[in-house]
Amino acid sequence: MIQSLRFRAAVVSIAIFLAFIGVWHLATRQTASVGTMSPEYAKLMGLTATSGKSAMPGPLDVGAKLWEHLKRPFYDNGPNDKGLGIQLAYSIGRVGLGYLIAVIVAIPLGFLIGMSPLMNKALDPFIQVLKPISPLAWMPLALYTIKDSSLSAIFVIFICSVWPMLLNTAFGVAAVRKEWINVARTLEVGTFRRAFTVILPAAAPTILTGMRISIGIAWLVIVAAEMLVGGTGIGYFVWNEWNNLSITNVIIAILLIGIVGMLLDQILARFTRMVTFPE
Amino acid sequence: MTTKFISIEGIAKRYPAAAGGSTTIFEDLWLSMPSGEFGCIIGHSGCGKTTVLNILAGLDEPSEGTVIVDGQAISGTSLDRAVIFQSHALLPWLTVMGNIAYAVSSKWRKWDKTKVRAHAQTYIDKVGLTGSEHKRPSELSGGMKQRVGIARALSITPKIMLMDEPFSALDALTRGTLQDEVRRVTLETGQTTFMITHDVDEAMYLADKIFLMTNGPGAVLAEIVENPLPRDRSRIDLHKHPHYYALRNHIIDFLVTRSKTFTATTPHHDPRHVPVVRPAFPEAPTMPSLHSATR
Repeated sequence: MIQSLRFRAAVVSIAIFLAFIGVWHLATRQTASVGTMSPEYAKLMGLTATSGKSAMPGPLDVGAKLWEHLKRPFYDNGPNDKGLGIQLAYSIGRVGLGYLIAVIVAIPLGFLIGMSPLMNKALDPFIQVLKPISPLAWMPLALYTIKDSSLSAIFVIFICSVWPMLLNTAFGVAAVRKEWINVARTLEVGTFRRAFTVILPAAAPTILTGMRISIGIAWLVIVAAEMLVGGTGIGYFVWNEWNNLSITNVIIAILLIGIVGMLLDQILARFTRMVTFPE
Repeated sequence: MTTKFISIEGIAKRYPAAAGGSTTIFEDLWLSMPSGEFGCIIGHSGCGKTTVLNILAGLDEPSEGTVIVDGQAISGTSLDRAVIFQSHALLPWLTVMGNIAYAVSSKWRKWDKTKVRAHAQTYIDKVGLTGSEHKRPSELSGGMKQRVGIARALSITPKIMLMDEPFSALDALTRGTLQDEVRRVTLETGQTTFMITHDVDEAMYLADKIFLMTNGPGAVLAEIVENPLPRDRSRIDLHKHPHYYALRNHIIDFLVTRSKTFTATTPHHDPRHVPVVRPAFPEAPTMPSLHSATR
């Protein structure tokens, strides 16, 4: 019996998932209680010692807690107790705003660099120096100048997502096939119309690839940035739950960060497919 | 030559060489053509024939000299001079209709969408692509792509159509049909056409005048060959014409030997008055051995 590759891959995926859950469950399950320990000492050692249970939550604990969160994603019990939906919405909002500003800056600037060899050479040293700076290194400077932690986080998202977009746009624009440019030239198409009708569609797949890399980096950076600035967001939630020593909530947050990151990537992948043309 | 619709006047193309000086691809090139004619440059690779065509198109600039078209010196590209590219150069994100409509709307910017599409449709029909309007270039065969390229060039009703080895990437059968197509369309519309090729038979079938260029660097226009074959020639029985072998042998002879030795053996060649020849066999029907060999 020959099954499709997709089906066989799904079977293997599920098997790996179940094996992982199984190992996790076995590793964290309750062992026989430790009766020989003196009660005084057991009190000091806490739950781990008295019931023989690991402090690391098992998959069932995480599942139950996750269900609890999913039932009430948007509750708000004050500054340190908000639903996961609200925390994620804050993070996505910051990423979205910083990313949007980066798009507005990077794509026109990328066009300029790609179309003008002079600007390419003139701006190259700045880009080369600014690009490798860790986005979080900007944080103190941002906090000092902007004086608002939330805006500083948005600025950090902007600065980290601008470079891949800028470089990919510049590369895509510069690499547009000469013959397509020549077609536009022989048809006496003006610079602006040429940029929108020939260069933009030709460079769009490369530009979208840069945007896809950027959204991935932005989502990586927002967690770290929110741990620093605090207040709201999924990054803050992770740090807050660590302080509460709720490993269960930390694991749930990690899972959700992964899922949201995947969704953001898939959205950009879909856009990329839309503008890709077969040759 | 009394009427000079296209007049290339003393153009040269030089590139800076590694050791300071400069390499001359060709220089002092004079060439003219009346309206409604089909001209064809033949020469080996490196003689600068593509450069000549790019200069005519305005995509390249001569180091010296000027080109005059219809009484005006050209500067840059123009909608009066349409180019059919060797690699067809269709925009792959547009459909057949989109590609041609793009050219049409570039020429007539005030036209509304329906008028542009109607105009584009007539040229799609003209090259026999009716029914493929909504296909993308990737869905078309090489021959069909080049048909779109031809339709795009014709649709802007240019004064001159420039073709840079338009059929060299196609298989022999497709090339034949497209040559027929181009010959029919250019005769119908009286289109002035300038083509570059290295295919002798293509030049003999399509061109009224064949310009022979010597090998580069330092290439010169050696000779202008007037096509002695009748205007109503057809591709199928071209080779049966009495003058066919005279013409073919003359061109082959030039390409094989004279293109190399021309500059050395003709010291007083005047580039402003290039000899015009019209090869013909005086006792035409004799040469039975050649004729039977091709049948």
